[in-house]
Amino acid sequence: MSIKNYLRERFFPHMWCPGCGHGIILNGLLRAVDSLGMQKSEIVMVSGIGCSSRISGYVDFHTLHTIHGRALAFATGVKMSKPKLNLIVTMGDGDALSIGGNHFIHAARRNIDITAIVMNNRIYGMTGGQFSPLSGYGTKATTAPYTNIDHDFDVAELSKASGATFVARTSVYHAQQVSKLIKEAILHKGFSVVEIMSQCPTYFGRKNKMGDAVDMMNYYKDHTTTIGSKAKKENPDLIERGIFVQKELPEYCSEYEKIIGKAMKGRS
Amino acid sequence: MNEKVRFVQGNEACVEAAIYAGLDFFAGYPITPSTEIAEHLSSRLPGKGGTFIQMEDEIASMCAIIGASLTGNKVMTATSGPGFSLMQESLGYAIMAEIPCVIVNVQRGGPSTGLPTSVSQGDVGQALWGTHGDHAIIALSASNHQDVFAMTIEAFNLAETYRTPVILLLDEVVGHMREKLIIPEDGEIPLVQRLRTSVKGGVDYHPYLPREDGRLPMSDFGGEHRYNVTGLIHDMWGFPSGNPAVAHGLLRHLVDKIWNNVHQIARYKEYYLDDASTVLISYGSSARSALHLVQNRRQRGERLGLLELQTLWPFPASIVRDRCASAKHVVVVEMNMGQIFKAVKMAVNDPGKVFLANRIDGVFITPTDIRNILRLIRGKGV
Ligand SMILES: Cc1ncc(C[n+]2csc(CCOP(=O)(O)OP(=O)(O)O)c2C)c(N)n1
Ligand code: SF4
Repeated sequence: MSIKNYLRERFFPHMWCPGCGHGIILNGLLRAVDSLGMQKSEIVMVSGIGCSSRISGYVDFHTLHTIHGRALAFATGVKMSKPKLNLIVTMGDGDALSIGGNHFIHAARRNIDITAIVMNNRIYGMTGGQFSPLSGYGTKATTAPYTNIDHDFDVAELSKASGATFVARTSVYHAQQVSKLIKEAILHKGFSVVEIMSQCPTYFGRKNKMGDAVDMMNYYKDHTTTIGSKAKKENPDLIERGIFVQKELPEYCSEYEKIIGKAMKGRS
Repeated sequence: MNEKVRFVQGNEACVEAAIYAGLDFFAGYPITPSTEIAEHLSSRLPGKGGTFIQMEDEIASMCAIIGASLTGNKVMTATSGPGFSLMQESLGYAIMAEIPCVIVNVQRGGPSTGLPTSVSQGDVGQALWGTHGDHAIIALSASNHQDVFAMTIEAFNLAETYRTPVILLLDEVVGHMREKLIIPEDGEIPLVQRLRTSVKGGVDYHPYLPREDGRLPMSDFGGEHRYNVTGLIHDMWGFPSGNPAVAHGLLRHLVDKIWNNVHQIARYKEYYLDDASTVLISYGSSARSALHLVQNRRQRGERLGLLELQTLWPFPASIVRDRCASAKHVVVVEMNMGQIFKAVKMAVNDPGKVFLANRIDGVFITPTDIRNILRLIRGKGV
């Protein structure tokens, strides 16, 4: 199918700034869905609030645009009530890990079959450039004019520690890998996290003198490497890309099915 | 033993009614004095093929039931003050996106952690205006277990009829007290099922286009129609819109669908009102004490009557005005600082005759408490 087929064209042009990385994620996501040959009606996309979360309006799936930080909690209700559906939850870094941090770790802990995509641009784009929990120490933002003293999370480590059974990371510079990892994540049965480092030239770029969108993408080219690569050993500061965790563990909805079985047996 | 006649807590009566009403999905987080609702449902729901999930907090619980309602289920959560506060943002989402759901608040003393194991009716105002922005809400209450059963079912029925969240305001006394409950036979109490669209798959479906009667047929999310749901102001397809006419139309619709039906939504009980010179108005557990006093005083020939409100919001102002028209005194009995008292004052023709008989110390208001206040009002001293 052509990618256009998955879009709600009547809602274009989109609201993202020129050079915003979020469009590349949209593209990668649709390519992943297309290569899996999935029907549009099999997919429910749930998002929170933010520039990133507007992605749900543009795709022709069942789409649920919720409130800031709570997308995974809504998605849990959808998935538990209709386990057959494929749930893709797209969130900004602030959405997923600041206001939504608690829901994130608990969805991971339950290992519920949801694909969580963290569109990490290291800033609160929608509200105009305040620092996020992923901005990192020493960065600048409209609420960190003297530089940020908050440390960031490693999303992969956090996801792993919380019990996610699929954890991966890449950047929008690596567009092919974006769709490959999303594809793997959708295929995975259990809670999967794909962190995609994206750019916000409008705020993070400008505040931190990162140059334009192309410079920011090149930054991801130069500052990332494949997991366990030689380059990583030589330069431990490089951010690793690839699949960190991929394991089979009982999935939450399947476990709940067993509870129903037990309860029904108890009755008869 | 007859399984239909039970001796239970009010919280259990609520559970039995929810199951009778066809509850499919419950999400919650433990909090006194509502916890028994979650506990009983965790054992009852799976056996019926339904879903029980204990979420990480009340915010998540409210969000999860909204998600599950969208896919076509009858859903509920139960909490108390602190948890109800946490639910306010997503409650507003359910109002905006018009998603049927039932929220039970078994009230305890507040504000904050307050008096966790004591009775209060302090969240009545919050039920009306707890979430931000202009909106309308339905809130019900009940004073005894048979009525808890009936009002729980009403909550589900009204949620489906008006595509809206409905709040059931119970309180610690009703929730924890044990008394007799007779479970009606199947079919005895009518149930409102979800109104689903007749638009076929492949044909443009408008999830937010009201029919002529104001109702909006739904399509199970994840089913044959793909559409967008958002908490932003949206058009008839569910897409965000900044168009002032769309914003105006939607807000009016959200408020009008409730307020234009205030009479259909009003549930109340009347005791000895015909010739009452003093009308007590109460709801929830405090209505028990009010009723006790009324019955007692009637035996002594005093012209006391009781209007028990079961629908608190939208406030049935014209019914209150009418029933109070010929009364000399109107006394609102409640366990807060006058949250319904204010609404009654606004409703009646002569606000000067409205008095408040209340307790706010976590102790259940007794008939004697009310009688003492009546004596004061009548200038007799305590
Ligand atoms: C409860 C609540 N608090 C704050 C906001 C304001 N708000 C909207 S989006 C946003 C942050 C967006 O940042 P992020 O999630 O990283 O996504 P981005 O816009 O950068 O893609 C904030 C703080 C809100 N909508 N709701
Ligand atoms: S503000 Fe940043 S994140 Fe938002 S659309 Fe613009 S570039 Fe993208």
